[in-house]
Amino acid sequence: MRVTQGAFSFLPDLTDRQISAQVEYCLRREWAVSIEFTDDPHPRNTYWEMWGMPMFDLHDAAGVMAEVRACRDANPQAYVRVNAFDSTRGWETVRLSFLVQRPADEPGFRLDRTEAQGRTIRYAVRAYSVDQPSGRRYGPARAERR
Amino acid sequence: MSVPGPAAAFDAAAGEVVDLKALQAETDIAAPIAELERDLVGLAPVKQRIREIAAFLLVARAREQIGLAAGPPTLHMAFTGNPGTGKTSVALRMAGILHRLGYVRKGHLVSVTRDDLVGQYIGHTAPKTKEVLKRAMGGVLFIDEAYYLHRPENEKDYGQEAIEILLQVMENQREDLVVILAGYRNRMESFFASNPGFRSRIAHHIDFPDYSDDELLAITETLAAQSEYRLSPAAREAMIDYIARRRRQPGFANARSIRNALDRARLRQAMRLCAGSGVASREALQTIEAEDIRASRVFTTAIA
Repeated sequence: MRVTQGAFSFLPDLTDRQISAQVEYCLRREWAVSIEFTDDPHPRNTYWEMWGMPMFDLHDAAGVMAEVRACRDANPQAYVRVNAFDSTRGWETVRLSFLVQRPADEPGFRLDRTEAQGRTIRYAVRAYSVDQPSGRRYGPARAERR
Repeated sequence: MSVPGPAAAFDAAAGEVVDLKALQAETDIAAPIAELERDLVGLAPVKQRIREIAAFLLVARAREQIGLAAGPPTLHMAFTGNPGTGKTSVALRMAGILHRLGYVRKGHLVSVTRDDLVGQYIGHTAPKTKEVLKRAMGGVLFIDEAYYLHRPENEKDYGQEAIEILLQVMENQREDLVVILAGYRNRMESFFASNPGFRSRIAHHIDFPDYSDDELLAITETLAAQSEYRLSPAAREAMIDYIARRRRQPGFANARSIRNALDRARLRQAMRLCAGSGVASREALQTIEAEDIRASRVFTTAIA
């Protein structure tokens, strides 16, 4: 099941040129771009691992693209996203966030129903992938895959 | 990149022809070069070299239009010259020129020294250097006093790590940034001698000559005019004297010495006006007199 999180996630995956153009747009607006990755795709998992510091003072997307490539190389089977943070007073928030890599195989989510008092039903969403320990969630580890 | 105008279109029948003049007009390269001619005094070999580079880039673009092989040219440069010969000023303009030629995408200049690139402990240098390189992407990275990166007396120095990262990016991301190294001539020579990789990756070695006395005088007047001062005829004479004497004293730094001299003359002018009648005309506020310059220590110290 294809995970749809952030902007553009219902579109086909962005090519590097398209990613670069989006980053260019962010930089033009003076947003600080950062890169994050995770192997826990649960929609409520907001705290992904940071790939280095957010990049302030950049003028060109080439620097971000180099980091995106480095992050993909280090985590070939993880979700990787690019965030753009707007530090303008009154906003101070992430203005744009989109995936730039997803695992080749996304097993999707399971819906757990638990019966509680008075036949109430409680629901839980659980990604199949998180049954495996972190690092082995999407296919064999990197060394075996290559 | 803009669409080629009708004049620049190919003439397929008569062998392909590119109208360089039209291309030149299109890229608007004449303006920054004229600006350079006007604003920078002297520096004839430097200007010549910049014109060559501009022409080369224009031809590279024409070749591209016509479908000839056009790999990205290497534009990394080394500026060598004595203190105050305008290396930084030219680097600043270079970023603008390369931008207008469409060679760098953004045209900003990131000016750094050893401190910005080299870390203080193991594992600190690489992220620091990469950070600077990322900031410079799309523009020009200006490394002032680049020879400090290499400390031959200390083989554990982290400078070498910064140099390796720099070289790698200079080679692999030539289309993303232009690196300009600057420094004093003889020290840059020994720096290149101990880092042969640098020398071969830098296509343009530009030497900045010292200014002549006349050029320094012209610089004085330009600097004064920029801050809306002017020299009285007597002050001009005094300045000619000053330059001749200052040149023979230690610590002479070409245009920088002149700028400092002018700054001090402005201080003395202010003192003189305050100590005077208490009324100053617009004329008096603008004019630097001979006494403001002649009061300098340069005139009292014996020439060594």
